[in-house]
Amino acid sequence: MAQVDLTSLESPAKLEEFYRQMVFIRHFEERCNVAYRQGLIGGYMHTYIGMEATGVGFHHAIKVGWDYVITAYRDHPQPLLMGSDPVAVMAEIMGRKGGLSKGKGGSMHIYDKERNFFGGWGIVGGHTALGGGLAFAAKYRGEDRVTLCYLGDGAANAGVFFETLNMAGLWDLPCIFIIENNEFAMGTRLEYHAADTELWKRGLPFGIESERIDGMDVLQVAADARRIVDKVRKEGKPYLVEVMNYRFVGHGAADNDRQLYRTKEEEEQAMRRDPIALLEKILLDRNVMTREKMEAIEAETEARVDEIYEKAKASPFPDPHEVYDDLYTDLGPERGH
Amino acid sequence: MIETTFRDAIHRCIDEEMERNPDVFVIGEDIGRYEGTFKVTKGLWPKYGEKRVVDTPIVEPGFTGIAIGAAMTGLRPIVEMMTMSFSILALDQIINHAAKIHYMTGGQVSVPMVVRGPGGAAKQLSAQHSHSLEGWYAHVPGLKVVAPATVQDAYGMLKTAVWDDNPVIFTENPGLYTLKGTIPDDKDFTVPFGKAQILREGSDLSLVGYSRMTQVNLAVAEKLAEKGLSAEVVDVRSLLPLDTETIYASVRKTHRAVVVYEDWRSGGFGAEIAARIGEDCFDDLDSPVLRVGGLNVPMPYARVLELECIPDVDDVLATIERKLG
Repeated sequence: MAQVDLTSLESPAKLEEFYRQMVFIRHFEERCNVAYRQGLIGGYMHTYIGMEATGVGFHHAIKVGWDYVITAYRDHPQPLLMGSDPVAVMAEIMGRKGGLSKGKGGSMHIYDKERNFFGGWGIVGGHTALGGGLAFAAKYRGEDRVTLCYLGDGAANAGVFFETLNMAGLWDLPCIFIIENNEFAMGTRLEYHAADTELWKRGLPFGIESERIDGMDVLQVAADARRIVDKVRKEGKPYLVEVMNYRFVGHGAADNDRQLYRTKEEEEQAMRRDPIALLEKILLDRNVMTREKMEAIEAETEARVDEIYEKAKASPFPDPHEVYDDLYTDLGPERGH
Repeated sequence: MIETTFRDAIHRCIDEEMERNPDVFVIGEDIGRYEGTFKVTKGLWPKYGEKRVVDTPIVEPGFTGIAIGAAMTGLRPIVEMMTMSFSILALDQIINHAAKIHYMTGGQVSVPMVVRGPGGAAKQLSAQHSHSLEGWYAHVPGLKVVAPATVQDAYGMLKTAVWDDNPVIFTENPGLYTLKGTIPDDKDFTVPFGKAQILREGSDLSLVGYSRMTQVNLAVAEKLAEKGLSAEVVDVRSLLPLDTETIYASVRKTHRAVVVYEDWRSGGFGAEIAARIGEDCFDDLDSPVLRVGGLNVPMPYARVLELECIPDVDDVLATIERKLG
């Protein structure tokens, strides 16, 4: 097969957008890590550092606000890409009143219904059935919406995921299951958690078209994603794609000792394929962007993230009485201990 | 008024609401072609087709999750559990997902879903098919839990459940399916949640229960009347939200309370009701609040042992006699 010049498929403006988005996610997540260490973010928090090309690549293939998107707890980048107010995203992560879920969800549970972003889920594999349900609803109503259902390699072993794949195959649900294979289920390496490490094969027994793609080259992801999303929209059938990437950080912000499960050498090797650095090289080699321009974008992004962070930090914590709000649509819970 | 049964009242409600609103659909195991294990959904599949009467694989977590996902977009699934015992497999979906969504999204997303099915002992279905789980569900903020005891309530409360924008657990004791009764000839008839009812007035003690145990309590009251005792029968029917006012008003009138429930006696929902009466009506009570619950054993198969487990009229009468004299 002839090598396709993927840059030629995207306009310079689009390439710049890819770059800006990836740099933005990287900075946003790094800022989250700093805030976590400072005690300004609590609980469990999982960042997307190293995996940016996957989210950005797929984001450009969907119709934002029409298609459905659902993911697990590594969920910061999705709303940021879909146009949610980044201050509201950061405020949610910081447990503030101004957060998308008014501080009730936190880092793992970010939602933006207006944009059809349905979270933000903390039970490994549990949300994949909900993703199937979103696609079920689209099919039920005869709409051409596509559902992107992200999950990790750890979730690819969950029983409910297999149940969902079966029903998706059986009922032709227009759902794209995106296994973000970052090689680790928390601290357990792929070959220690999966009998068959080729996770893309998970769809095959259910008659679901399935493949494995490289998740570090955003141009490749974007091209593959567009092909897959268009196909699912057209044919109304499910699809499974295993995206090979790597998280450059711990499982969560509380994971401080990565050497328990992987070596520094291995990390360094993986980081040589940093998706941002890869894109920079392509942009430079093809004369799409200069180094100066990249540095300017970096600086601009850093300033923007600072501003987002300061605004989120200025949002007050929820009032104690809000603990009773939003349990039901129509009634409050009983009060008191 | 229409004369019908508990089972047909539920069927009629589902049929009417599916006719009324194309967003309402039923999903579960063997509910379409097979007509449902307890035949509640009989006739719906030929009428509405497989799009709206969805026969699923035998995977409670998976199809419950599909229903939740669909409900997040505004569809109104009615999920049938072949028995509520099988909903144990779907607890993660119901408790960790459905019950949390509205709160965890800060009110952005709701789940207008009903999970319904037979809960409690049928007849010799033994240990894995006879659970009364309403107490487990009523423990979970974010769910609504109802357990009707009459034909009219089965019809009217299911209507309310279908129109509720929150996840509702609707439990049907299989012993009630053949119960006869009447319902209003009114498709808009509803029975609100959070309202207990007095099914028989009395002055000497309050018999508090829900689901089939309310029918047992009515029979107990009849027996007590023969002995010259006047028992009030309080049908709780809505566990979450719980109408404590009606329960307390009865206890304040009679000064004695017996709580009857089929669930395991220890930690069952009756224990919650008893604790509340003790906490809030202490000064009104002339005797300790009594509980009559299911025996704390897995449900045995042999009919004689099964009957031993489930509270009946004699068990309630014996407890009253032993403890209240």
